[in-house]
Amino acid sequence: MSVCISRSDSPLALRLIALTQDGLPLLEDPWAWLAEQLGISVESTLDLLKRLQAEGVIRRIAAVPNHYRLGYRHNGMTVWDVADEQLPRLGELIGAQPFVSHCYRRPRRAGWPYNLFAMVHGRSREEIDSYREHLRFLLADACRADEMLVSSRILKKTGLRLPPAH
Amino acid sequence: MDLDRLSQHLIERYQHGMPLCAEPYREMAQVLKCSEAELMTCLQRLELAGALSRVGPVFEHTRAGASTLAALAVPAERLEQVAARVSQYPEVNHNYAREHHYNLWFVVTGPHRQHLQQILDELEQDTGLTPLDLPMLSAYRIDLGFSLGGHP
Repeated sequence: MSVCISRSDSPLALRLIALTQDGLPLLEDPWAWLAEQLGISVESTLDLLKRLQAEGVIRRIAAVPNHYRLGYRHNGMTVWDVADEQLPRLGELIGAQPFVSHCYRRPRRAGWPYNLFAMVHGRSREEIDSYREHLRFLLADACRADEMLVSSRILKKTGLRLPPAH
Repeated sequence: MDLDRLSQHLIERYQHGMPLCAEPYREMAQVLKCSEAELMTCLQRLELAGALSRVGPVFEHTRAGASTLAALAVPAERLEQVAARVSQYPEVNHNYAREHHYNLWFVVTGPHRQHLQQILDELEQDTGLTPLDLPMLSAYRIDLGFSLGGHP
């Protein structure tokens, strides 16, 4: 089984992913630590990180909060049925709302008419209900049907895990 | 949990991205107007409390192979058992119960589409339930974090 990571499918990039996908150790210079692990210079390590970021393999390098732990215990997956030809405009509009964390186009299926997905998060049920209302207001007549699927339990949540390459 | 000012500023400012340079915390401490030692202590405290899930790169699933969002409509009395069956796959990194006819939602990630199909087929055979298979077609916004403040 091989993992395809476009042009970055190098043993070095794969090792970098394996070393950092659970987070960096909290050291004053985490990149020096990573460079040592990879057996290359700090400069080369920073270059590799920049390249992976430019290629889109790395979305961002950040302090990733656990929103659930910070009190954002309510999340709703809002799903919308909008005309396909209006999706680029409406997707951008919905995705630009500050309370939306993810906004995607997905295919319709038999018995599943929704083609636009937006995740909203809040500290109370009322808060996410108000976000849904706000999205409804923005989509107005363009929305033919919608639902909000509220999460009742997180059964599993881990970061991306690459299967071991061999 | 309640956050002190420094923790709140730190998360607000750096959940979207942090400087990619040697000794990044020195630069961050300057922006946050604290010492590097204070910043490190704050990060350690947040990690211990579970308020930070990690500091480091966030990888793009779709670039590391293939992924899809899948859902099953599971009879209530079988939810635990089917959920455990789904979570068993290392390829499943998110698995949520949701209030809907489709009550189990999970993300499957693998090296290529065929690998995902195999898992969905296996699940269908084992559970007798047909998964809804909803791969992403376009992204309008991807997990850039969101503001900790209130919104309309």
